[in-house]
Amino acid sequence: MGATHSASEEVRELEGKTGFSSDQIEQLHRRFKHLSGDQPTIRKENFNNIPDLELNPIRSKIVRAFFDNRNLRKGPSGLADEINFEDFLTIMSYFRPIDTTMDEEQVQLCRKEKLRFLFHMYDSDSDGRITLEEYRNVVEELLSGNPHIEKESARSIADGAMMEAASVCVGRMEPDQVYEGITFDDFLKIWQGIDIETKMHVRFLNMETIALCH
Amino acid sequence: MLLWSGVCGLSPPRIFPSLLVAVALVGLLPVLRSHGLQPSPTASTIRGSEPPRERSIGEVTTAPPELAPESRPVNHSFTEHSLKSRKAFPVLGIDYTHVRTPFEISLWILLACLMKIGFHVIPTISSIVPESCLLIVVGLLVGGLIKGVGETPPFLQSDVFFLFLLPPIILDAGYFLPLRQFTENLGTILIFAVVGTLWNAFFLGGLMYAVCLVGGEQINNIGLLENLLFGSIISAVDPVAVLAVFEEIHINELLHILVFGESLLNDAVTVLHGLPVSRALPPVGHHGTHCLGSGDAPLRGGQHLPQVPHNHQVFPEDVEQCQRDPHLHLPRCLHRGWLPPLELDLCHQHPALLPHRPSAGQRSLSAAEARRAWDSLTPLFPSLAGVLGLTWFINKFRIVKLTPKDQFIIAYGGLRGAIAFSLGYLLDKKHFPMCDLFLTAIITVIFFTVFVQGMTIRPLVDLLAVKKKQETKRSINEEIHTQFLDHLLTGIEDICGHYGHHHWKDKLNRFNKKYVKKCLIAGERSKEPQLIAFYHKMEMKQAIELVESGGMGKIPSAVSTVSMQNIHPKSLPAERILPALSKDKEEEIRKILRNNLQKTRQRLRSYNRHTLVADPYEEAWNQMLLQRQKARQLEQKINNYLTVPAHKLDSPTMSRARIGSDPLAYEPKADLPAITIDPASPQSPESVDLVNEELKGKVLGLSQDPERVAEEDHEDDRGIMMRTKEPSSPGTDDVFSPAPSDSPSSQRIQRCLSDPGPHPEPGEGEPFIPKGQ
Repeated sequence: MGATHSASEEVRELEGKTGFSSDQIEQLHRRFKHLSGDQPTIRKENFNNIPDLELNPIRSKIVRAFFDNRNLRKGPSGLADEINFEDFLTIMSYFRPIDTTMDEEQVQLCRKEKLRFLFHMYDSDSDGRITLEEYRNVVEELLSGNPHIEKESARSIADGAMMEAASVCVGRMEPDQVYEGITFDDFLKIWQGIDIETKMHVRFLNMETIALCH
Repeated sequence: MLLWSGVCGLSPPRIFPSLLVAVALVGLLPVLRSHGLQPSPTASTIRGSEPPRERSIGEVTTAPPELAPESRPVNHSFTEHSLKSRKAFPVLGIDYTHVRTPFEISLWILLACLMKIGFHVIPTISSIVPESCLLIVVGLLVGGLIKGVGETPPFLQSDVFFLFLLPPIILDAGYFLPLRQFTENLGTILIFAVVGTLWNAFFLGGLMYAVCLVGGEQINNIGLLENLLFGSIISAVDPVAVLAVFEEIHINELLHILVFGESLLNDAVTVLHGLPVSRALPPVGHHGTHCLGSGDAPLRGGQHLPQVPHNHQVFPEDVEQCQRDPHLHLPRCLHRGWLPPLELDLCHQHPALLPHRPSAGQRSLSAAEARRAWDSLTPLFPSLAGVLGLTWFINKFRIVKLTPKDQFIIAYGGLRGAIAFSLGYLLDKKHFPMCDLFLTAIITVIFFTVFVQGMTIRPLVDLLAVKKKQETKRSINEEIHTQFLDHLLTGIEDICGHYGHHHWKDKLNRFNKKYVKKCLIAGERSKEPQLIAFYHKMEMKQAIELVESGGMGKIPSAVSTVSMQNIHPKSLPAERILPALSKDKEEEIRKILRNNLQKTRQRLRSYNRHTLVADPYEEAWNQMLLQRQKARQLEQKINNYLTVPAHKLDSPTMSRARIGSDPLAYEPKADLPAITIDPASPQSPESVDLVNEELKGKVLGLSQDPERVAEEDHEDDRGIMMRTKEPSSPGTDDVFSPAPSDSPSSQRIQRCLSDPGPHPEPGEGEPFIPKGQ
């Protein structure tokens, strides 16, 4: 950041784009610098420095999500090599809590955005559908923390879940019909019962305390 | 004791009867030897000298732990008696006083159990009157009865209560605590518990003081502090009473956990702030006021407190001890002052059963009628105001806001219970001349809240259309997504460097899995991830539902009609090539099916402490097995017509064509094979598919009669389904043992898929698939 004038302008611009407050942007910027080692961009390797993330079973998907062009709104598919601070904030904005001042329509929009983020995480080949293989992959990763579970269990669970999804989304199917995969609309249908807008959020309030621990 | 039994080769369950016999014998020996102990002719004297033995023989209801200490006194008195002179051997006698205490306690327990069960069986009463009310009434009746007879009701020592009764209550509550909701709402709960209770206490105290100033001369002299004390006593919401009511009305989870958590924690607050208030009162001889509060009791949690102290004799000693060293003796004093309960509530769903209430009430009946009228209503107002105020504050921080309806229910659900009574009972008469007045007021409040509020809360909930608990069927998708989301949010928090809610939850889970579960859960289940356990359970339920409905001839809409073929078409053609299944594999399949079905079956038996109705799936099992037996007999008749053995398996294209051309036979079976995939078996699902394919082919080839095919389908459907060891149901053990009249091929199919059990079957030597394949 250069002179104070342009810095605050940048901050305001970011505020406008991502919806974070200036305090939150400051904190996130500090975190960004910590992760990137004072570089202007972050690469995938930088995420390896976070010790707690290693224990997460789906860490590869999470890291991937940061570089996904669809999430960064840069294209329909593919992965970026590195992201700058603005991209970082864009990804983080998916996890902002829902503002109480928003009306119903905006809440719906917000909800859709969050679900789209999730959908992109499941749909790794960017074809717009979660196929059986991708779903199996997800379940395998979820169960990867338990090394003694056989691969078959994961597959069966994924199969069962897929069948359930098919029956929810399409209903009765003829034996010859083939269900290609879960589209985004189907995905929305599945999530109808769960209110994701209250669940999928991270409180970006108190983060100074943490900088000391790393 | 256990060592001895181990040596003698006895197993622990057989110890106690044999121990009983042994003790009886040992007890009789000295009696034989030393009859003529004293010149007194009464039987009671002899018994008086050997009470431990007597009780061990004569007391049937004694719990086993009490036997162990009995054996030791026996040895001591043995040596003592061998020296004394002889006396006539008493053959029979009745000595009520010795068995009295355990006997009466057991009688009470029995009565309470019967009441509780009977209460649920009579439908009309249970829908109007909450259980707590009924238990109070029962207690009053029993107490009145005992008083009428002229006896003084017994009391339990607090030690017995603490060591035997309290642990199950606490553990039960802890086991059923919905942890997820509790931790999510912990902030709100703490605010309600701490701040809310303090507010209630002070406001109520102040209100009472105002009433005292305004009211007649009899109550004019009650000072502010005393009123504050009264306020603090009465502000404690009793968890037990509230929860009983909330459970019965099936209120939504958020409200439930808020009230539950709040009432658990506010007992601690009540006690803690009662102490400084009581200390602030002018000390008239350092009496029992010190014993009113203690830092120790709150740590025990609020659950144990709905008991009534009734220990007049103990109290003065405690007072002296408290005088000497209040801090040291406070815990003990509190122990004994509070907790010798009269009533045992096995299911902790009562406020109190108090035989002595009538007498206490009579004492001060004349003293403060107006006061009591006020008292009944007063708890409601401050709590309402408090809740409203706090919620306004809390809602700023909450994502899911609390609506006004929720707030009203939280306030209205504040039933007072036995803790208020126990606290009031502890007030020493010397220090508080008005303690009877207080006590009456407390009793009135309790009665009012439990009876009036308890009974009206249910219609109110219906009237206000408060959200009830949704009995949503959890789907496997939801489970996967929820877990995925949990991990995702934890990951994001880690990236942000924000140690939030998810981070700590994740750490706790990991710790739990790594250390705690290994110690507490036996076998493989300790390592089983939640997803798999959930999936097993779901699968089982689906399968049972399907079979049940299959018996009635229709497929429920809830069950998926999508099969493996629908979602995985590409792989199926390749999988239709059937490998040869050797005998070992067949045995393996059978073993896996058997083991895993038993496991999942056991897991399905979940314990619900509030229903008396038998597990519906249990019923479904038994019914299904009976049906299967009937169908078996039917199949035997059918098979008598079949002289042609099963046709050889066709090439994949042929069987596909056949399936395609006969939708009727195919349709009902399409989904069944899919659902029986057993995730825990190392057998791949494809091979299970293959087996089912073969079965389909067989069925279609066997007969052209659609009805028979349907019936066979029916029968074979069930044949595919699980079976499990049901030794209790008669006639089910042989459901699948092949009858001699069966055709060999159908036998083979049956055997392979339906797991006949561990007994070796006569025809087992034959290979599963005909050699020609």
